[in-house]
Amino acid sequence: MSDLPTAEEMLSGLKYRPPSTDWMDAPAEIRKGIACYAGNPKSLEVLGFPNPRTWSCFDDDWQLPENWQEIIHEGFKERLEKFRSFKVFMDICVRCGACADKCHYFIGTGDPKNMPVLRAELLRSVYRNDFTRVGKLLGKINGARPMNYEVLKEWWSYLFQCSECRRCSLYCPYGIDTAEITIMGRELLNLLGLNIDWIITPVANCYRTGNHLGIQPHAFKDMLDFFCDDIEEITGIRPDPQFNKKGADILFVTPSGDVFADPGTFTAMGYLMLFHFLQEKYGLDVTWSTYASEGGNFGLFTSHETMKRLNAKMYAEARRLGVKWILGGECGHMWRVIHQYMDTMNGPADFLQMPVNPITGTAFKNAASTKMVHITEFTADLIKHGKLDLDPSRNDHLKVTFHDSCNPARGMGLFDEPRYVIKQTCKHFYDMPANAIREQTFCCGSGSGLNAGEDMELRMAGGLPRANAVKHVHDKHGVNMLACVCAIDRAVLPDLMSYWVPDVDVTGVHELVGNALNLPGQSDRTMNLRSEELADLQGTAEDTEDETDEEK
Amino acid sequence: MNKRYLLSLIAVIVLFLISYLGVEAVPGSKWLFGIVIPYAALIVFVAGFIRRLLTWSRSAVPFAIPTTGGQQKTLSWIKPNAIDNPSSKGAVFVRMLLEIVTFRSLFRNSRMKLREGKISYQLEIFLWVGALAFHYAFFTVLFRHLRFFTDPIPLPVRLVEDLDSFFRMEILQDFIQIGVPGVYLSGLVLLAAVTYLFLRRIFIRNVNYISLASDYFPLFLIFGIAFTGIMMRYVLKIDVTAAKQLAMGLVTFRPNIPQNVSSIFFVHLFFVSILLAYFPFSKLMHLGGIFFSPTRNMRADTRAVRHVNPWNYPVKVHTYEEYEDDFRDKMIEAGLPVDKMPEPQEAAAEEEEEPAAPPQEPPADAADAAAEPEEKE
Repeated sequence: MSDLPTAEEMLSGLKYRPPSTDWMDAPAEIRKGIACYAGNPKSLEVLGFPNPRTWSCFDDDWQLPENWQEIIHEGFKERLEKFRSFKVFMDICVRCGACADKCHYFIGTGDPKNMPVLRAELLRSVYRNDFTRVGKLLGKINGARPMNYEVLKEWWSYLFQCSECRRCSLYCPYGIDTAEITIMGRELLNLLGLNIDWIITPVANCYRTGNHLGIQPHAFKDMLDFFCDDIEEITGIRPDPQFNKKGADILFVTPSGDVFADPGTFTAMGYLMLFHFLQEKYGLDVTWSTYASEGGNFGLFTSHETMKRLNAKMYAEARRLGVKWILGGECGHMWRVIHQYMDTMNGPADFLQMPVNPITGTAFKNAASTKMVHITEFTADLIKHGKLDLDPSRNDHLKVTFHDSCNPARGMGLFDEPRYVIKQTCKHFYDMPANAIREQTFCCGSGSGLNAGEDMELRMAGGLPRANAVKHVHDKHGVNMLACVCAIDRAVLPDLMSYWVPDVDVTGVHELVGNALNLPGQSDRTMNLRSEELADLQGTAEDTEDETDEEK
Repeated sequence: MNKRYLLSLIAVIVLFLISYLGVEAVPGSKWLFGIVIPYAALIVFVAGFIRRLLTWSRSAVPFAIPTTGGQQKTLSWIKPNAIDNPSSKGAVFVRMLLEIVTFRSLFRNSRMKLREGKISYQLEIFLWVGALAFHYAFFTVLFRHLRFFTDPIPLPVRLVEDLDSFFRMEILQDFIQIGVPGVYLSGLVLLAAVTYLFLRRIFIRNVNYISLASDYFPLFLIFGIAFTGIMMRYVLKIDVTAAKQLAMGLVTFRPNIPQNVSSIFFVHLFFVSILLAYFPFSKLMHLGGIFFSPTRNMRADTRAVRHVNPWNYPVKVHTYEEYEDDFRDKMIEAGLPVDKMPEPQEAAAEEEEEPAAPPQEPPADAADAAAEPEEKE
């Protein structure tokens, strides 16, 4: 990644002046640092997707089927009938421009085609030409143009510069949601075998092995065992997680990213400790599954059908194991799928019971039909009822802020649950400014499958607004820890922080819970879940505290 | 310089010339501009509008995808944001009402600024004010015009007129007398708002970049309508009785062209006719579209109540049985429970005799290659 500009270079290069050429006359430039690599044909074959072949987005010839224009036209037509959102959003935009500077990719790149309105116009222009008489009649002057190779490449380029975060839809006076448009656009591209490897290969993995990372069952168990070793070393207590257990009370599903890489692994350790505590103390019977070992769903970034194919595992496994309900871990887009799609696609879940927390007696009526509860809803309920034995002092060296992930924010409305859990497990919590949190939150810059390595420039640019808000609380309050409830966040925010705000680290909310949670019979806890000595950390924290005080 | 707005401007000028010169120069053309075209335009408007609504309603709503703009309803002790994350029909109604009546989402608008490496966001209220002024002024003007189509004039119309001319303005000169008759605020606000909406398309660079001919055309047209209206009332002082007679003729289906209707009136009417006929085929349909927007008009209680997809179809999935077949031995070795315990010899035999692997199982190297990119993370 030596081509990556420095933070200063990126900032100084930012201009928000559109070029003098009309946007239709400026073909997309597909370049390294922004574009992602093309999908591996083997992954397409696993899924039975069309047109598997080795190709590159940097080639002139993308090896499309001969009748590709017809495929796009027919696919477009079909989706206009199947999705009212798509049809209405194609028709009613007035191009007021309110969405323009709401997109993190526009803020970070200054590329006018990253204004949500223009991203949508890329599709609307073809819609007008193909499906409206007036559009065809007036042609280019009225924003209509026929589909051709250049337009297709433009679609591909800009549909993979949108993270489906829905921030624009919040500000749009008609609720036009660019995520919908990107979802449809990517579906159409997939009809031609146009996709990126970072999405399609995890999808193929998930389809076959149950999770995006392709972790096979025995390895999945090994990884969790490894975390148990660490927990034993840190606390003196060894959790005993259950796998694929028939007749358990609750099935737990979380993104596989958290069993794979730091700092997500520490969040996974937090889950293991929590479940161990609840089992010891209250006899709660939670099982993990190696088959439904993925909460995330890169199918959402591929097509509605693929999303359904991957998501089906959760209910299938819950039914096979005979659990009462499902508990879901910290993940962003996973929760959009569960909250807004799962029941409709793969339900009704009438074989499960209304989720009730047997320890507190709380019935999660908000999940009465889907029967799946978010872990922060669950933990917040436990803490509120005083069912956890917490010692937040082990998090005293942290000054925490919270990054609302796009999907739980604007596709669910999960705001106060994680904040409550953080505040009960940490002494120092500072929210970022209102225009960068909650429903107005900014994307990490790498959502919707764009968290590859080769598009690092795009990721750092797209993450600028988020990083900028973190820097604000870092400078103002000395914030040194960015908490989040999303596995992609945990994978990508460390890179983003080291690029823009180097002194801030990243944690999952349940890592904070794990650190604060006292396990029955534990030894003296001198280390946190990262195996760092608490005494050392407290020292450094006090130093910085002094510094900030002096500055005042 | 900017072809898109010039062409729209030229189009409106041409429309003006057609109607003005037509009425002035071609005898008998008043029937065309005063009766035939207005009726035709109205038919196109109504039919086109309904047709568009039907097209939208025929498209399915497979998923409940509201944009949640506030705290969800979960635990009893967490206060939900009932309007922005509506979990009942009533709350959706309130959300939609506020959206339509107050342009609530647009009120959130902010403007991003990058200065010395820091990004800040300021409240940007002008677009909201301009849009609100435009729509309410337009609505008021439209409502006031009911006086031309009713006899006697209903009380609400007269009340609105009184309210609208509440602020008295008088400019009394020899050549221009404003204030007699009383000045309607709505007309002036409409003209000002249209001008603002036009100027921002010219001067805000990014808005200029995205603007199409179809964004300028209705602005010029509405400007033309408001301008001719104001001219007729305050400057040219046309024969209002004659104008009303024509309008009443239209609504009572006894169309006639009275004497003394000035040419400028036909221009005004022609512009309105063009706007009506253009409406259903343009972005102006956002008037109807907002009611159909799934991110705004749906309940957000999607985990509590199941939304049904009318075209939900079965898909090919990788079943647990297939998964266990793929990994059974490894699972057994790792101590994971399996559904089907094979006889030891049988398992070994099966493994050897299995060249016809299920098609969904990729070659081992595919799985390896597939796992590879993740390791970079």
